[in-house]
Amino acid sequence: MTALDALTPAGPDGAAGAATGEDGVGPWQSAWRRLRRNPAGIVGAVIVLLFVLVAAAAPLLAPYKPATSEWFGQVTPTSVPGPSAEHVLGLDSFGSDLLTQLLYGARSSLVIGVVSTAVGLAAGAFLGILAGGIGGKVDTVVMRVVDVLLSIPSLLLAVSVAAVLGRNSWSIMLAISAAQVPIFARLLRASLLAQRGQDYVVALRSLGLRRRSIVVGHMLPNSLGPVLVQATLTLATAVIEVAALSFLGLGDPNPAVAEWGRMLVTAQARLDQAPHLALYPGLAIAVTALGFTLLGEALREALDPRSSR
Amino acid sequence: MTLLEVDDLRVTFSRKGAPDFTAVDGVSFDVDAGEVVGLVGESGCGKSVTSLAVMGLLPQRSARVSGAVRFDGTDLLRASAGQLARRRGKDLAMVFQDPMTSLNPVLTLGRQLTEVLRTHTDLDRTAAKKEAVELLGRVGIPDPRRRVGEYPHQLSGGMRQRVLIAIALACSPRLIIADEPTTALDVTIQAQVLDLLTGLVRESGTAMVLITHDLGVVAGTCDRVNVLYAGKVVEQATRGELFARPRHRYTTGLLAAVPRVDAPEGTALQPVPGTVRDRLPWTQGCAFAPRCGAADDACRAGEIALEAAGGIEGGPSGHPARCVHPADLEVSR
Repeated sequence: MTALDALTPAGPDGAAGAATGEDGVGPWQSAWRRLRRNPAGIVGAVIVLLFVLVAAAAPLLAPYKPATSEWFGQVTPTSVPGPSAEHVLGLDSFGSDLLTQLLYGARSSLVIGVVSTAVGLAAGAFLGILAGGIGGKVDTVVMRVVDVLLSIPSLLLAVSVAAVLGRNSWSIMLAISAAQVPIFARLLRASLLAQRGQDYVVALRSLGLRRRSIVVGHMLPNSLGPVLVQATLTLATAVIEVAALSFLGLGDPNPAVAEWGRMLVTAQARLDQAPHLALYPGLAIAVTALGFTLLGEALREALDPRSSR
Repeated sequence: MTLLEVDDLRVTFSRKGAPDFTAVDGVSFDVDAGEVVGLVGESGCGKSVTSLAVMGLLPQRSARVSGAVRFDGTDLLRASAGQLARRRGKDLAMVFQDPMTSLNPVLTLGRQLTEVLRTHTDLDRTAAKKEAVELLGRVGIPDPRRRVGEYPHQLSGGMRQRVLIAIALACSPRLIIADEPTTALDVTIQAQVLDLLTGLVRESGTAMVLITHDLGVVAGTCDRVNVLYAGKVVEQATRGELFARPRHRYTTGLLAAVPRVDAPEGTALQPVPGTVRDRLPWTQGCAFAPRCGAADDACRAGEIALEAAGGIEGGPSGHPARCVHPADLEVSR
């Protein structure tokens, strides 16, 4: 076997060791390595990480309790107190600490964004697997339903769902995920269809594996890359849509829940005297969305088989 | 004992907006237990489609398959999907052409080996893993204990083909169909992989259908050979007979195109002119006639049977060929 050894790719001690690395470097691990070398991806990851940290630790980070109107007396119809020693960013128009409201706002954005994306992903993936894995008539029926969903503009779909289900954070989550279902379904179906004709799938069939285990155990893991990228990018959209829905008055009616979108609405009334009230939540939304987008794009590059190495 | 009997197999592909195309046009051959049978022919003559049809792997929507494929008494073409799945991988397995794409890129070699074992045998996880390491060792993968946790992209083409052979042999099938198992490999690796494959097959008494366009491969491995042209078997012979007394003009053409060590120096190789597309429908005569130097009107006068010589007095060879002017009768003509 010595002659053969010379012909196999080098092990950890060989010249090619740096490229293949240690034992069992799977495609996911090497994608992770490429991701770590992408500066935009790192910026995105840092923003996302900060966002998650802030959302999780809001009660620890925030200087005050959220949604108190403790300092309401300081707010007059014509002016809102600006930055001061006690309130770093000043007060909002309800007399709560603005920084506290912003930090807690991250919380509801994250929860709604993640839950709605998870639900949208799960439902979309289920439909996509049905369509792409079984094919035939099932595929046709599922995809026509998806086409109908896709033909409705996503915000409009979300608005209708929210309007039907009433105003609460659950209906917002459902509304946003409803708009995501068709996107994930189509994406996963397309990925699966691309796998179906691959040699390894034919080889697996020749080994007598059941269709279910070929689809779920083999084709699905090979199709997940684009879905993962889409999920990250969708989180950005979800954060914006949460804000948009509550801006439109379809968000959680409970004023005690801090929410960036609603902060924008209330800031609107005082835009000329206190533009910073709109600026901060607006920035928070934009930066968070940017973070997810950067991370998503970096993931896309890292998972692209053509960018191997 | 006949293990596999392919009887009048026909595969027709239909596409919208194009005429139907018959890729396999009544192919019959059989394989005895433990025997290595070659299917030889150039690209496009129906070799791979034949093997996919035997395995039941052709797309059901576009391919119409008729005839019979009797494996150990049951007709695989009429078996239910479940019956077929139980036999595939266990009783008959396939080694594919391209090792670079025939393994799942995101799973470890171990996962891919154990999955087959656990589908068809009642080995538990640990036993299957142990068996997987053993199998990798048997196909000559160095350091199998480590390699079992690696991914396909970490292996060279030759190594991957060894892994595919290990997967095909995992459940000790009775028949292996090897579809050009060495075509995608470097010449230096080809011989090694082929030796390994035939060695393992002979050792375990597994029968093998070896599909190849390389007569050199046939000479080294096969017991019997079927030469395919344009979807039909044109010659059936044992290896010895085929090389000693080729009968069909296509076979002689192929042989003339193979470099030989014992040929006098300066001998030019004789390519077979034209391509398999320059064909006559078999119903009108010999499909090879447009490319054949010995063809005359008799070759274009309707269907020609696959028949053994013997009708002619003093015919030297007996094996069946589908030829009006077989090469071995040159002298008596």
